[in-house]
Amino acid sequence: MTVLYTADHEWIAFDGEATAGQIATVGITAYAQHALGDITYVDLPAVGGALTKAETAGAIDSVKAASDIYAPVSGEVSEVNEALADAPELVNSDPQGTGWLWRQTIADPADLAGLMDETAYQAHIEGL
Amino acid sequence: MSDTYNPNDDEAPETLILPLDDWHRARGGRMVEFAGYWMPVQYDAEGGGIMAEHLWTREHAGLFDVSHMGQLLVRVEDADGAPMADQAAAQTALEGLLPADLAALRHGRVRYSLLLGEDGGILDDLMVTRRDDGFYLVVNGATKWDDIGHLRENLPDDITLTHLDEHALLALQGPQAVEALAALVPDVAALGFMQAGAFQWGEVALWISRSGYTGEDGFEISLLADDSAALADALCADPAVRPIGLGARDSLRLEAGLPLYGHDMDEGVDPVTAALDFAISRRRRDTGGFIGADAVLPLIAKGTPTRRVGLALEGRQAAREGAAVLDADGAPIGTVSSGGFGPSCNHAIAMAALPLAQAIPGTAVFIDVRGRKLPATVTTLPFVPHTYHRKGAAQ
Repeated sequence: MTVLYTADHEWIAFDGEATAGQIATVGITAYAQHALGDITYVDLPAVGGALTKAETAGAIDSVKAASDIYAPVSGEVSEVNEALADAPELVNSDPQGTGWLWRQTIADPADLAGLMDETAYQAHIEGL
Repeated sequence: MSDTYNPNDDEAPETLILPLDDWHRARGGRMVEFAGYWMPVQYDAEGGGIMAEHLWTREHAGLFDVSHMGQLLVRVEDADGAPMADQAAAQTALEGLLPADLAALRHGRVRYSLLLGEDGGILDDLMVTRRDDGFYLVVNGATKWDDIGHLRENLPDDITLTHLDEHALLALQGPQAVEALAALVPDVAALGFMQAGAFQWGEVALWISRSGYTGEDGFEISLLADDSAALADALCADPAVRPIGLGARDSLRLEAGLPLYGHDMDEGVDPVTAALDFAISRRRRDTGGFIGADAVLPLIAKGTPTRRVGLALEGRQAAREGAAVLDADGAPIGTVSSGGFGPSCNHAIAMAALPLAQAIPGTAVFIDVRGRKLPATVTTLPFVPHTYHRKGAAQ
């Protein structure tokens, strides 16, 4: 499994080397859920909807704030995490596991250029 | 992600430090700028987090540091700076600024009141208490400097206005607050809601009122800042008491239907629209004589086009300040003044001033959140019933 990170504290995971049309899983990082605090609602994109890299795909409500979430790459939504409707707190407790947000296609693997690997992302958040 | 939470919109660049700053940080306080101070929004510790802190306060007791608020003393002094026994001149002078019936306010009784502009807009909301040494006012932190200027400008020169800026203010709120505080100061159990008095904790002088901003029974404790960490430690030594941050303070007051200055009302909103006309005492409605009376009294008589109400959303998605409220046909009828998820309600809640035709409990409306029309129902406030400790008919 390959996991890459955005500067906006989202992760995208997929098997091996990305190919066009491959399905990837998207979520937010542990750093992000900690910064947000208790998550009360997750506004997810519609299944079948088209996402554009770096554009708003949904939002996360915490008790204190609403935060946009962005598509890490362009593609089409194939599945959303239905469990979050009743248990949005999964994003707090397991943001990189059962608290995943949606699955989408990777329309163009070139979109992955510029995303960070684990080491680069850790350096990024230490610099914040 | 872009965090749209910005508690620091209107604040001066210099951020001040609370007396309990070290105390908060040692307990995992996540410090944010609010009302010009570094304050804990929540505690990153066992049992911490806004949801847990909110629910803990509703079930047990929460300790809030509200030392950012302004504590003021208005009085007549003798030549030595001691309070005169007769504070009639201070009463008369303050009645020129506050719509409260201070003549009927007995010693040790607390009233909610307002500072109004000439046009009837709300400059601030506050608590006023008659004490032996004068009238004690607690005003909002973000507005206290303007309040001091307004009071000083409008009070006669022989009335002394003292900012008790060496004092801290702690609030202990929740159903177990009385047991926890009475373990240190037994006599506080005799206070009723909106009553106050002077107490001793060992050598430490405390001014305690039975009041708060959560809808729960509880107390607000004024004491010298130098003693505040010791009292906070003593209270938190009780397993029923946990420190609670600003985040839960906001969700608790929202569920309690209590307005937040700068959001649910400000200088552009009159007390009738804000549904705060109860703060204008009966006698003062007849006699007037306070700044803003000429503008506000006619509004009380004939009403205002809109009035603040509660909005109960069906789902968990929050409608926040600024979101448009729409009628059943989708036409805009108002704007959310504050809103969020209600941890005790387990759904989203909000407040907004709506036209009187729609400000009726049970009216179905929509709130536009990110282009989605969330269904909501107009409700009376509070969302969560108050559990104040009211004593007898004298209240």
